[in-house]
Amino acid sequence: MSKYSGNPAAAAALFEGHQVHRDVYIDPEVFRLEMKHVFANAWVFVGHESQTPQKGDYFATSIGDQPVIQVRHSTGDIHVLYNRCPHKGTKIVIDRQGNTGKFFRCPYHAWSFKTDGCLLAIPLKKGYSDTGLDQTEGAKGMKAVGAVHNYRGFIFARLAQDGISFEDFFGDSLSSLDNMVDRSPAGRLEVAGPPLRYMHHCNWKMLVENQTDTCHPMVAHESSAGTAVKLYEELNLPEDAPKPPAMEIIAPFMSPYEFFENMGIRTWPNGHGHTGVNHSIHSNYSQIPGYFEAMVESHGEEKAKAILDENRHNTVYFPNIMIKGPIQQLRIFIPLAANKTLVESYIYHLVDAPEELTARTAMYNRMINAPTSIVGHDDLEMYERAQEGLEADGLEWVNIQRLRTGEEDFSEEVVENGTTERQMRNQFDAWARFMTWDAPAQEAAE
Amino acid sequence: MNVSKEQLIDFIYDEARMLDEGRYTEWLDLWLPDGHYWMPLDYQQTDPLNVTSLMYEDLFMLKLRVERLNGARTFSQKPKSRCHHVIQRPFVDEMKGDSFVTTTFMHYVETRLDEQQLLALTAKHDLALVDGSLRIANKRVDIVNCDAAFRNIQLLP
Repeated sequence: MSKYSGNPAAAAALFEGHQVHRDVYIDPEVFRLEMKHVFANAWVFVGHESQTPQKGDYFATSIGDQPVIQVRHSTGDIHVLYNRCPHKGTKIVIDRQGNTGKFFRCPYHAWSFKTDGCLLAIPLKKGYSDTGLDQTEGAKGMKAVGAVHNYRGFIFARLAQDGISFEDFFGDSLSSLDNMVDRSPAGRLEVAGPPLRYMHHCNWKMLVENQTDTCHPMVAHESSAGTAVKLYEELNLPEDAPKPPAMEIIAPFMSPYEFFENMGIRTWPNGHGHTGVNHSIHSNYSQIPGYFEAMVESHGEEKAKAILDENRHNTVYFPNIMIKGPIQQLRIFIPLAANKTLVESYIYHLVDAPEELTARTAMYNRMINAPTSIVGHDDLEMYERAQEGLEADGLEWVNIQRLRTGEEDFSEEVVENGTTERQMRNQFDAWARFMTWDAPAQEAAE
Repeated sequence: MNVSKEQLIDFIYDEARMLDEGRYTEWLDLWLPDGHYWMPLDYQQTDPLNVTSLMYEDLFMLKLRVERLNGARTFSQKPKSRCHHVIQRPFVDEMKGDSFVTTTFMHYVETRLDEQQLLALTAKHDLALVDGSLRIANKRVDIVNCDAAFRNIQLLP
């Protein structure tokens, strides 16, 4: 007996404004619906263009549970294709990245396709004459996703053929991506090395919610950040002695509630939002010699200051990425099952900026987000305890009503106290809407 | 004082045993103050700084890591993880004055609750003879499937 299969409206009803039913985290049918509706109708991050710089370069990843390939076509633009041969279903590429030359060739029966997916050739093609192959969907070649948009080097795709436009989906939330890219004197980022890959046995939404959960750092990370502060104090170093790098990166996690309350949270329509409107844990990073000068050189002093004065903490782009503008980090929470999520953490180099900035970002990535990171251990423990705890019967709802005093309108941009859970509610508002986005069309089709 | 090949090999065995028995204070004392524990993320990675590594930790970070393991509020260590190294006889690659390089292949098991993972590792030690005792100048640990998606690795491979 299925509760949610074929019934996205029933799933959407699991969000009640101040609380959300546990089934959004633990039910496999709800997960299937998310893949089919939320991840198909939203704009989802695929990759960065610098991962496929040359013609024929490809990068294999997934959009929700859909295997896709980001590929640089012979015209120079980037296409996103399903990673499936139209013939028998074989994945066309299996390595995470590479160069395919002028065309893809399926390793099973050698059907070949141009890098925009169009069918190029089939061996012994006469075997298909008078069979009506040209009437089938396979004859068109590798299927492309519904829509692709390259925003300042970041590739997003919508699986659905029709739907919300890129501009309407993101709106003013793109200011966070802008700030991250503007921090390069050349206005350009390049991916720096492969991502960390960290397997979590919990629902993908727990990870997304945690990005704007400002009431957990001083509690869950007391073991790492608190111990760092204690160790540093025990060293009794003179005031002017250089601090261990760990102190700059990890210690701010122990900031008091007041710091997080005052940092502020901004939400935008369609589930996007960010912490750190006024300041963040990245605000007091040391200056890197030569960087400000390079920024002034290319942007002018006023604009350079404006760019660098923005210290947004975590910006969530619904449904499943988070970026840190001030340090050029992007984390993608790839849903594998209701209780399984692969987290990939990328870093980018600011073109024409000193390398020390990339070094600090790489340090942040490994200290905070690696499978070997003590801060990562703190977080994963909490997610997985929650995933297991939610199985407990009797209490079926998860509370998300902090600083919610009445009905909320998520279609407007607002800034609130930094400890609100409004952004989590904003995500669920978008989740419920995209869950039922194509429901009327579907019913009409049935 | 001359260091024999045998002493270098014993040192590597002793270090593995310290880690498996959780004798971290002793283990930290093996390190020279400027040493780094490097665990690359990429196969044959050459740059520890400007791309991501799994670990590239100075002595402060290593102390923090060890101190945290015993913290009253270290929830990911309640209950504690345990580990186990099985090592091949180390290769002594270099003996130059008071500096030595060894390479050791090993299998590393880490376990907690019902989970257990096995990692195949290559550890490269830069050792130095200082005031009559062998110390770790740097250590690089390459995981053979470094590019795989990992669960927590909480102790020291």
